[in-house]
Amino acid sequence: MVMRVMRKALRYLLLLAVLALTIGPFLWQLSTSFKGTTEDIYTSPPRLLPRHPTLHNYTAVADIIPVWHYALNSLKVALASVVTNLAGASMAGYALARLRFRGRRVAMLAFLLALLVPLESIVIAQFTMMRELGINNTLTAVVLPGAVGSLNVLLMRNAFAALPMEVEEAAVIDGANAWQRFARIALPSVRGTLAVVAIFAFMGAWDDFLWPLIVLSDSDHFTLTVGLNFLHGTFQQNPRLVAAGTVIAVAPLVVLFACLQRYFFRGVGEGAVKS
Amino acid sequence: MMPAARIRTHRAITPWLFLLPGLGVIGAFSLYPFVTTVGRAFTDARTLSPGHWVGLRNFQDIWQDEEFWTALGNSTLYVVLVVPFTVLLPLLLALLVQGRLPGIGFFRSAFYLPVVASMVVVALIWEWMLDDRGLVNGILRLLGGGRVDFLGDAWLLLLSAMALTVWKGLGYYMVVYLAALANVPHELHEAAAMDGAGALRRFLSVTLPALRPTMVLVAALSSVSAFKVFSEVYLLAGPNGGPAGRDTTLVMLVQRTGTGLGGRTGYASALSLVVFVIALLLMLLVLRANREEDR
Repeated sequence: MVMRVMRKALRYLLLLAVLALTIGPFLWQLSTSFKGTTEDIYTSPPRLLPRHPTLHNYTAVADIIPVWHYALNSLKVALASVVTNLAGASMAGYALARLRFRGRRVAMLAFLLALLVPLESIVIAQFTMMRELGINNTLTAVVLPGAVGSLNVLLMRNAFAALPMEVEEAAVIDGANAWQRFARIALPSVRGTLAVVAIFAFMGAWDDFLWPLIVLSDSDHFTLTVGLNFLHGTFQQNPRLVAAGTVIAVAPLVVLFACLQRYFFRGVGEGAVKS
Repeated sequence: MMPAARIRTHRAITPWLFLLPGLGVIGAFSLYPFVTTVGRAFTDARTLSPGHWVGLRNFQDIWQDEEFWTALGNSTLYVVLVVPFTVLLPLLLALLVQGRLPGIGFFRSAFYLPVVASMVVVALIWEWMLDDRGLVNGILRLLGGGRVDFLGDAWLLLLSAMALTVWKGLGYYMVVYLAALANVPHELHEAAAMDGAGALRRFLSVTLPALRPTMVLVAALSSVSAFKVFSEVYLLAGPNGGPAGRDTTLVMLVQRTGTGLGGRTGYASALSLVVFVIALLLMLLVLRANREEDR
């Protein structure tokens, strides 16, 4: 009995230690963002709680970089990516899982091959292409390469393939065409996977750094991640402002995650096992 | 494969209309750029000029490029030092948070938080923590240690970036392991317990063998992504790769040589191709090492 209590206590102790390691840095950043200009942020021992909490840094960071404008750019990119991924991946996934046609294997192979090409190897070619199309330095160019992720197509395909065939067969007999069956019968049955695709599309676009860094040159079009990189390059000397900027960038995702965490976990399970 | 309706249920063009957006995007923005990357790797193209065919000259130049060897060394070191930790630590973490315990759901979610945040955000957080006068040095001083210049020394900087990579990936691979742990048959554990095997013994002879495919998967995924590391090193070391550029990784080199108005896109394409081939070989090597062990 005593052994069991001890073991349980030890387990909680370990959990708390890991918690400090994973959450601690975020709390420290949050705390720094609330410390006023007069408060010493280099104290020893370090102080977690701000002495006079203030929102000053959040207004000050907006004076240096248009942080809300960048957040809006990120939001536009992320929402566009959600819409295109939902539409494109569910349509392609449905055709691969439910329609019979010549060339289906070839189409499937194309998505698998695309999965193998690492983004890092083709960014230069993508950048050259956007420049030739005359759309480099636009938010459209940021969205396009990730508009329909091949992993999302494969996830949707698996979700549709797992549905029982009978309902759709009945609909065929009732004279429903492929589009009607897709929209009215198949799509409502895979809402869980649609949520996973939406969340990962949003997170991927909101967090992306390398591609927007390469394709955007005009600071007016920066997304939040590129803007933060710029901020940290110019105003490194004031950690309070950088802290406020990072809190603005991470807060929406924390809220999203808190509300929809089971889909996040499902996405990792399905994505990692099938990729 | 799967059952399909036997009667004709759609027009011949319909499937292709369904596939059009998806195939269009991956064709135009993944497969086609890959083809042009291969083509451009054999030219002396620049950002503003298409360039001419130069045969293998880019690859000869890469061979003689000191920056390339530095970057290759850094990216390789990244794989060697990061992968063992990303295979083992998340596994231990998954064991810690599996099963039922009051509040365990909260811990699982909290451990996942770094995954959700952008690499840019966490790199900036770490930069501030590892600052000369930041939190980590504050704690070190409390413990009676001296000040460590984590971000000023090329080696320490690279090691800090590696620690950041491991830290950010913990939650992600933890969830992968949790999914695998849920599939370990319960009966095996019970049978082993009846035979008198202790917890450690059961872990070694039941859980670990059952998890091996997952560990290989994690090793393969994390070695490829460690080899292609960009954001965390770029953000901690700066665009030029730290002191005297000694922390440059391969993808940083691609980004630096290939972009901007004077970008040497031909040379950068050749570099990209080298990165692609090595990453692919690395993946095959990990998967193959696994098969050899099976014999």
